[in-house]
Amino acid sequence: MIHSTIGSAGHLLVIVAFVSALFATFAYFKSGTSSATIEETITWKRFARMIFYVHVAAVVGVVFSLYWIIGNHYFEYHYAWKNSSLSLPTGYTISSFWQDQEGSFLLWIFWNVVLGCILIFSNRSWEAPVMTVFALVQAFLTSMILGVVIPGLDVKIGSTPFLLLKEVMPDLPVYKMDANFIPKDGNGLNPLLQNYWMVIHPPTLFLGFASTLIPFSFAIAGLWTKKIQDWVRPALPWALFSALVLGVGILMGAYWAYETLNFGSYWNWDPVENSSIVPWIVLVAAVHTMIIARRNATALKTSFILTIATFILILYSTFMTRSGVLGNASVHSFTDLGLSGQLLIYLLTFTIVSIGLLIYRWKSLPSDEEEVSTYSQEFWIFIGATLLCLSGFQILATTSIPVYNKIAEAFGTVLNMALPADQIAHYNKFQLWFFSLIIALTGIGQFFWWKRTGKGNLQALYNPLLIALLISAAVITFKGVKDIQYIVLLTTAIFAIVANGTILLNIMRGNYGLSGGAVTHIGVALMLVGILFSSAYTRVVSINNSGLMISRSEEFTSNDNKENKENITLWLNKAEKMGDYMLTWRDVRVEPRHIPGYIPKSWVDIVEGDFHAVALRDIEVDGKKYNSKGDTIEIFPENFYYEIEYREPSGRIFTLFPRVQINPRMGGIVSSPDIQRKVDKDLYTYVSMVTNPTAEPVWSQTENFTVNLRDTFFVNDYVAILDNVVRTEEVEGVTLGQGDAAVKAIVRILDKDKEFVITPSFVIRDRMVARKPETSNELGMRLQFQEINPQTGQFTFGVNTTQRDFIVMKATEKPLINILWLGTFVLVIGFVMATIRRFKDFIKMRNRESASAATPKTKSKVVTA
Amino acid sequence: MKKIQIFGLIIIAVAIGIIVSTAGDASTYVDFTKAKTMAQDGDDESIHVVGKLKKDAVGQILEMEYQPEIDPNLFVFTLVDNNNVEQRVVYKNSKPQDFDKSEQVVVVGKMKDGTFSAEKILMKCPSKYENGKMETTEHTAAKS
Repeated sequence: MIHSTIGSAGHLLVIVAFVSALFATFAYFKSGTSSATIEETITWKRFARMIFYVHVAAVVGVVFSLYWIIGNHYFEYHYAWKNSSLSLPTGYTISSFWQDQEGSFLLWIFWNVVLGCILIFSNRSWEAPVMTVFALVQAFLTSMILGVVIPGLDVKIGSTPFLLLKEVMPDLPVYKMDANFIPKDGNGLNPLLQNYWMVIHPPTLFLGFASTLIPFSFAIAGLWTKKIQDWVRPALPWALFSALVLGVGILMGAYWAYETLNFGSYWNWDPVENSSIVPWIVLVAAVHTMIIARRNATALKTSFILTIATFILILYSTFMTRSGVLGNASVHSFTDLGLSGQLLIYLLTFTIVSIGLLIYRWKSLPSDEEEVSTYSQEFWIFIGATLLCLSGFQILATTSIPVYNKIAEAFGTVLNMALPADQIAHYNKFQLWFFSLIIALTGIGQFFWWKRTGKGNLQALYNPLLIALLISAAVITFKGVKDIQYIVLLTTAIFAIVANGTILLNIMRGNYGLSGGAVTHIGVALMLVGILFSSAYTRVVSINNSGLMISRSEEFTSNDNKENKENITLWLNKAEKMGDYMLTWRDVRVEPRHIPGYIPKSWVDIVEGDFHAVALRDIEVDGKKYNSKGDTIEIFPENFYYEIEYREPSGRIFTLFPRVQINPRMGGIVSSPDIQRKVDKDLYTYVSMVTNPTAEPVWSQTENFTVNLRDTFFVNDYVAILDNVVRTEEVEGVTLGQGDAAVKAIVRILDKDKEFVITPSFVIRDRMVARKPETSNELGMRLQFQEINPQTGQFTFGVNTTQRDFIVMKATEKPLINILWLGTFVLVIGFVMATIRRFKDFIKMRNRESASAATPKTKSKVVTA
Repeated sequence: MKKIQIFGLIIIAVAIGIIVSTAGDASTYVDFTKAKTMAQDGDDESIHVVGKLKKDAVGQILEMEYQPEIDPNLFVFTLVDNNNVEQRVVYKNSKPQDFDKSEQVVVVGKMKDGTFSAEKILMKCPSKYENGKMETTEHTAAKS
């Protein structure tokens, strides 16, 4: 039965949400315009708040409906069918919610609603103008998932997640036979996204995106109501919160990429990554100017520009990643849903309105009477913010290349520009120097900020500088850093750690609550050091120096062996030397759901198209028996783990399990790395090619060999010796009764450096002959005991051969990557401290204001600092 | 001149520098014929070429070589550009996953000794996750 009610309810609620957002915008706008009387303002505000609550309820209802559809596996709905499946564990069912565009818009809308409610409760005095902007943004966002066709015009607005499969793909032949067909199972979630980071990364990132709206709304409200300076205090804690959450969201994405994708890196300069880091950089710059905006008019103006820019950049980034404009350029952009026009209107509306308003009010903004001194804190913060903006601008200028092509196309010319071939070199050329300067400024800036240094008192900076130079010199010598640009970055980062550390120790004694800035700066500096070593000094370990192929491939020896040989081929159970390690690929393993670790694939028989497997033997892990032979167990059917044993020179052995995912319904293979984490470096390993573990081997035609005992014969280039034929009492899978007999042959096969023994059996049971062949995956060979000839004393064997199993893998070493992760933790702690401090400031001020409003007499005594 | 004006001028100068450099570093989309002339003129800038794999009538890919048991770091194939010009492409890395399924291939690199030496391969494959839609994947030959 098709559950059409829940979908209709969801769709209806989206429309309610859209309409209520429009009404709320209008009502809040009326309440915010100063021309009205106080009574009218209050009436409008009450009305607007009520409508906004309707909007909140509608949005919650939409979220609930979509989750209900996914959670209950209503595969008659396209969204559920496309993004989830029965075998998906509960945690990942949640992430299939935002797997697609509509769901991720919904997530964004949901966060906005949460933030909007918090603002209404925490900040009544700014409610009307701020919520006007909020409600307008909500109207635009809900329009993206509206899915309504305007009759007559044939214009479709938005794309709804509540479409039935039958409405999306009416041409499927199955619908001709059965109009009420419901798929039994869904397509499943992209296996790469079946990762715990993918459960928390998107909500965090979207909360970051959503929260940039708050500082923006305050800036617009400040311009609109002419509270030119007052908006900064309530906006600043939110700007810090936003920078914290957005930063954490981006870093989670980076960590996920490092752990799951096989780029071999945490940052790929992909347009999708870039378009989220640029708003973050600008937001960080905005936070800095906002801190000094109440003292300095230039900083106030800059704060307006930067908070508005942050939000517009978020819209631009949304437009780039969701409109299909990136086309060839990005690995993971959303596909075009036909929303480009709508997204462009959204982007342009806010760009034009906010910039227009800013220009309109520009004249009434204050300006500084005298020039800022080079020795003032404002000057240094200002330089830092400017450099941040230039850094963001550079990333944006390159990332937008596909956009230039589109614009040129719109004007009828063909530009044919492509992203730089070597993106890393291109970005490094600028960013390395920008960040060297920026990180050095964090140290200098903190000294000026806390008035530890100033005009005629520069010597306070000498000590940290000296210490930093000494430490840097030691690190440079010890680690062998040779390139000048790396030396500069390293030295400046270490200076920042020392300088900020000095300040931190100083102010910690007074009030540790104020040290958020210094802590954050130390975090960034540590991150830069970690990035520097882990990416500039990555070493490929899996250099292929096996001599096997030299004779066969001219290409291989050409160019003095300098060509890229970073992948090596491993044959099953055949040790290969790689760098300092001896590597052996041992086995393919599968991941059971309720048993720790991975079990060999040969232990179970996977039920095709299902997430169950039948145990072929007792399943024992670490001495504990979990299942008996014949039991059905739950597994992750897409995941295969390649057991690769590393033997260190010291003889110590460790094993890595890089993963290969095979989803038969989606086709293709996807590989993810496994990482050996050491304190000073990571060993990063991934498999780039495998012989398909789910495919049945293709055997060659049977070739028969008839031999005498101890004869030598050649099979498939190997030397084989029939050592003996012995009587046996046990043959696996066969119960021997009275009068039955069984023999097994002992065939020794010589490989280059190893011997294999294959023992096929020959059974006479109930006067019938049974032959039990034996397979060696290492040799790609199957041997069957065909015949015993009592007259001649000869034995006949049937041999089939197949492709030997192999994998192609790559391993790299990433030194000091843990400093990067340590830095991210420090950064997060610093941001949390700073955010808490500014929220406290705001609450103190708000309470004082409301107290003074209640008792007007004291009003004049309130000092606004 | 006031400090702020000097400051503004410096920023504008840096911004212009960034734009010029971006334009200089940006690569271009060309076809193989143009790629060959560029190589002859000694222009060794890396370029993008869009094309399709050479296939026979039944859709079998032709002239594609990858033998990991001999050399896992050598992958050679023939690409046909939009003007139907065929070109051998050498990619010194393992064969990208799902390469056989790609509908469109973008190679980034340059002509070298009569073959196109690819540093990077971008592929458009029929999306595994969305019917009838294409998605892009990227593969880079690491620097030696």
